[in-house]
Amino acid sequence: MTDTPLFTYTLRLADNALVLGHRLSEWCGHAPMLEEDLALANMALDCIGQARNFYTYAGEIEGKGRTEDDLAYLRDCDGFRNILLVERPRGDFAFTILRQFFYAAFMHPYFERLSASKDERLASIAAKAVKEMAYHLRHSAEWVIRLGDGTEESAARLAEALVDLWPFTGEMFEVDETERALIEAGVAVDPAALRPLWLETVDRVFADALLARPQDGWMQTGGRRGEHSEHLGHLLADLQFMQRAYPGSTW
Amino acid sequence: MYAQALNAATETSKDDPAKLAAFQARIDAEEKIEPNDWMPEGYRKTLVRQISQHAHSEIVGMLPEGNWITRAPSLKRKAALLAKVQDEGGHGLYLYSAAETLGVSREELVEALLSGKAKYSSIFNYPTPSWADMGMIGWLVDGAAIMNQIPLCRTSFGPYARAMIRICKEESFHQRQGYEIVMTLARGTPAQKKMAQDSLNRWWWPALMMFGPSDTASQHSDQNMKWKIKRFSNDALRQKFVDATVPQGHFLGLTFPDPDLRFNEATGHWEFGEIDWSEFNRVVKGEGPCNRERLKARNKAQEEGAWVRAAALAHAEKRAARKAAAKIAAE
Repeated sequence: MTDTPLFTYTLRLADNALVLGHRLSEWCGHAPMLEEDLALANMALDCIGQARNFYTYAGEIEGKGRTEDDLAYLRDCDGFRNILLVERPRGDFAFTILRQFFYAAFMHPYFERLSASKDERLASIAAKAVKEMAYHLRHSAEWVIRLGDGTEESAARLAEALVDLWPFTGEMFEVDETERALIEAGVAVDPAALRPLWLETVDRVFADALLARPQDGWMQTGGRRGEHSEHLGHLLADLQFMQRAYPGSTW
Repeated sequence: MYAQALNAATETSKDDPAKLAAFQARIDAEEKIEPNDWMPEGYRKTLVRQISQHAHSEIVGMLPEGNWITRAPSLKRKAALLAKVQDEGGHGLYLYSAAETLGVSREELVEALLSGKAKYSSIFNYPTPSWADMGMIGWLVDGAAIMNQIPLCRTSFGPYARAMIRICKEESFHQRQGYEIVMTLARGTPAQKKMAQDSLNRWWWPALMMFGPSDTASQHSDQNMKWKIKRFSNDALRQKFVDATVPQGHFLGLTFPDPDLRFNEATGHWEFGEIDWSEFNRVVKGEGPCNRERLKARNKAQEEGAWVRAAALAHAEKRAARKAAAKIAAE
């Protein structure tokens, strides 16, 4: 592979957004209430929109004529660069909401900083995404509080989701060689530097949700290098079915 | 989407004749009836039934299209389909709100849907096995819905008419989007053309059935026409739909699955074959390909979401109690 760091970096942002958007879209028509059908679809649309912008840019950086659809539909698991957190199956509503909260609490300040990137395209995509993530953060945080300080059952489900999800939060803050140079050049955001702010947001919301933050232990990792869980393949089987079954068609 | 065939008997009026006459005079003068105005019980009941059937249709209608959200063939199509299904949820929401102005609650209406007591548009009891069905639903099903709904923008009950204006704008966008999907397929590979034709073969007759029983068999169009809840007969709207749609299909090189379809130069209308009313009645009664599945899917979402709704309620109560306690402590 001769991928440039900027291509890989942009692809990671795109893959995170697409895979999470896909998971959110699985709720459409099956949410606990009509208002949430609309809200989850809204968040899914935001993520898919972000993915499209990042893919289009990634294709241009690469310069081989690959379109957003080529990148989304014609790579296998090992080509995907998303963090493992976003590919976890949608789970119950507590799981979906807590994941969205963890992701939004990270991506909101992340996009805020990326909107000042020296790369103008990344900056402009991020500037739009900031507003979207502000909504995702507010909406998911309100639900975390409702579920945590709701009924016995909702608190138990949220606690269970926390145990499941926590080991997948560490990967958000990882920095590798690919990103190091871009961070130093003022193109990429340093995710590690956002961790204190992220913990502050988590602690503030958890206090109202009567939820205790787990001790940091061993964290799952690998997605950003193309090492994925068993779940991504099934997601891609759904996502890519038409493009694989009818190659070369225009839709 | 659209609520078909109003099938309950109109009540014999027990209303005060003077009030009835004044009410009819307002209708005749094209005045809008608002929620707090006096209205005959039959009018209220008909509207609750029609608006809630329409709302249920939007909600159940999310399922056949939702079936393709995760498998849409491009990111653009995926986003458009998701936005469309989301629009339908939004239509459901404001139609339930319009029904609530007539003194019923969304909970009781939803309960009637889930128990199988309330009807929704039968078209959603047909399956969507192929991507082309996403185009066909937009083009034919939303197209038929628009034929029904445009006149409803002028229906006599204010909140319903206003909801319909917004819904119609979105539906006509969906219809164009659907036609564009079908057009892309019709101009695509042989496999794509076949996909479009197969889908048209499956949806054409059910789409014609969406307009409800023929005028000779429809039970209470008269009263509904007089109250201006309904403004055109089922058959008139069906004919309008056929006249508009057939040339669109021919333009794409598609064939309609009706050997009797022909243009009558003298009338300027497309004449079509006899609708299989036994199929219509069967599907309305519950014996369509997906009736059981659709209702089960709605019930499943409702049951699996029960703990979430309970939590939201419990939390709201706790908050209110804490606020009240803080207020007392402050005094």
